[in-house]
Amino acid sequence: MKKLISILLLSIMPVVGMAAGGSVHLEPANNDLADQASLQRGVKYFVNYCQGCHSMQFVRYNQMAEATGLTEDEVKDNLMFKENEKLGMKMTSAIDANDAARWFGKAIPDLTLTARLKHGGGDWIYTYLKSFYLDPSRPTGVNNTVFPDVGMPHILGELQGMQKAVFKTETDADGNEHKVFEKFEQVSEGKMSPEEYDNMVRDLTNYMVWASEPMKLERQRIGIYVMIFLSILFVLAYLLKKEYWKDIH
Amino acid sequence: MSEKQSFIGWIDERFPLTKVWNEHLAEYYAPKNFNFWYFFGSLALLVLVNQIVTGIWLTMNYKPDAELAFASVEYIMRDVDYGWLLRYLHSTGASAFFAVIYLHMFRGLMYGSYRKPRELLWIIGVVIYLAMMATAFMGYLLPWGQMSFWGAQVIVNLFAAVPVVGEDLSIWIRGDYVISDATLNRFFALHFLLPFVLVGLVFLHIVALHKVGSNNPDGIEIKKNKDENGIPKDGIRFHPYYSVKDIMGVVGFLIIFLGIVFFAPDFFGLFLEAPNFEPANPLKTPDHIAPVWYFTPFYAMLRAVPPMFGSQFPGVVVMFAAILVLFFLPWLDKSPVKSVRYKGPIFKVALATFAVTFVVLAYLGLKPASPLLTLLAQIFTALYFAFFLLMPWYSKIDKTKPVPERVTE
Repeated sequence: MKKLISILLLSIMPVVGMAAGGSVHLEPANNDLADQASLQRGVKYFVNYCQGCHSMQFVRYNQMAEATGLTEDEVKDNLMFKENEKLGMKMTSAIDANDAARWFGKAIPDLTLTARLKHGGGDWIYTYLKSFYLDPSRPTGVNNTVFPDVGMPHILGELQGMQKAVFKTETDADGNEHKVFEKFEQVSEGKMSPEEYDNMVRDLTNYMVWASEPMKLERQRIGIYVMIFLSILFVLAYLLKKEYWKDIH
Repeated sequence: MSEKQSFIGWIDERFPLTKVWNEHLAEYYAPKNFNFWYFFGSLALLVLVNQIVTGIWLTMNYKPDAELAFASVEYIMRDVDYGWLLRYLHSTGASAFFAVIYLHMFRGLMYGSYRKPRELLWIIGVVIYLAMMATAFMGYLLPWGQMSFWGAQVIVNLFAAVPVVGEDLSIWIRGDYVISDATLNRFFALHFLLPFVLVGLVFLHIVALHKVGSNNPDGIEIKKNKDENGIPKDGIRFHPYYSVKDIMGVVGFLIIFLGIVFFAPDFFGLFLEAPNFEPANPLKTPDHIAPVWYFTPFYAMLRAVPPMFGSQFPGVVVMFAAILVLFFLPWLDKSPVKSVRYKGPIFKVALATFAVTFVVLAYLGLKPASPLLTLLAQIFTALYFAFFLLMPWYSKIDKTKPVPERVTE
């Protein structure tokens, strides 16, 4: 019987291997939700570079303030640019949705849940923001290895500088040639060094991961107490059962 | 007569309280040799209660409206106090319900719990399983994400494959030509109603169980061996023995269940699928549409059958047949013994193969179709049906072991 099971399992092994490959390599973001300074920098970058076009329609300013450790005045003075905005309001973009759809060819996505929507989560966002490269065939002048033919221009290009992608040609088992991405080469300098840019993108990623599930740290914190409680309860339940069952033979 | 007794006495004259308590708990005699597999009945009841309680609280803030549904779920997650906990308990609970029921059904397969005199008990169980599937399917539309929408689209289109009436049938189910606000509203209404139907079915399941008595890992009838008081020699009172044992089972289950709720509510994209974090968009088809894991064995079977005469109907028939065949199980097993413990090597291999088949089909149903995977799905679909359809033959020729008079440890 065991032999049969192992034969059956072996028969699906190649399938499992195939399913694992094929997608773009993502760099680990190594972001830390407990790092409030990083979240503060992240929201600063988000509001200044992203929120002009992208909304976070499910996040309220005061929820963001509480999570990042910013005071309400700091948020009001530095992160709220629209008229008559209140702290309890949602972090919506300044752009008119209809204008945006006309200018960019499609609706601009809301970014609240991006970190949960994309496979790879924070790693996807981190790698995506580092993977714009010059491509004159695109209307924006740039393309992206993580999100091919993306409609978004390289907003952070002035910080990162521009890079070009180097592709190599590979021949697959069937004899077809494919262009495979190899590496980026820096073409022009940005305002930030590569390390500074990585750190900035990491902070931005950290903030977006927080926004996708603001209760994550609280959930884990409560979860630990729940596990401790249940472990003790399990021992008591086991002893109770043993006590009742001692006369059953 | 003490005050308490007189109060109970007053009730008993008007309602059989003591009688019901004794018949179903205090003097319900269950075999004393229940093992690990016997936890899943009471756990299924626990998960059903969890789904109903968290579900009712979720409806207090959920809006069954195509314009508002997605945002109302995020409102529950972010703005309602502990709304995230209610929602994760409910979403994880749906998967837990199926996991528990699959183990409960597998227990039945192992120990022959579907055999005479428990045929009707098994059939009621299969009806419960069908009602659960309908409830889960409708519930999955409610968050109104991309996978909610397109999953419902695919499944309702299955009905459109029925010859002659299919097109009208699918429109009747949707209430529209496409999945829309009308569909969302009716699915919400039915998703609220069906759990109470489930409770009714579970009641029937337990009434049937207590009429025939519980099976056990040895597959022998404890009622055949009674003492001078008419009490089965191998039976013990359900309460307190199994009530305290089930408390232990419940706590053990909660450690796993709440472990997932608090530390991995997405469960690696299996319990909450990533594409569902984007609102439903009828104009944008996702690259790959996969139902939630508990439906994927049947989805794999559906895709394994090629279209015939330009119709997907044969696949639909195979998929529904895979569930309907369960109704006939009590009459397919011709073995002289019930439990796998005393059945022969053929049944043991068949049962192990069946378990592997179900898991492999579940895996295949999650993956995009490819020629190799479709071939595998076809092989395993054949194995799935072979387990049932060849059973009258292999269960008869199998070499069984002698069954003991009394239950073993």
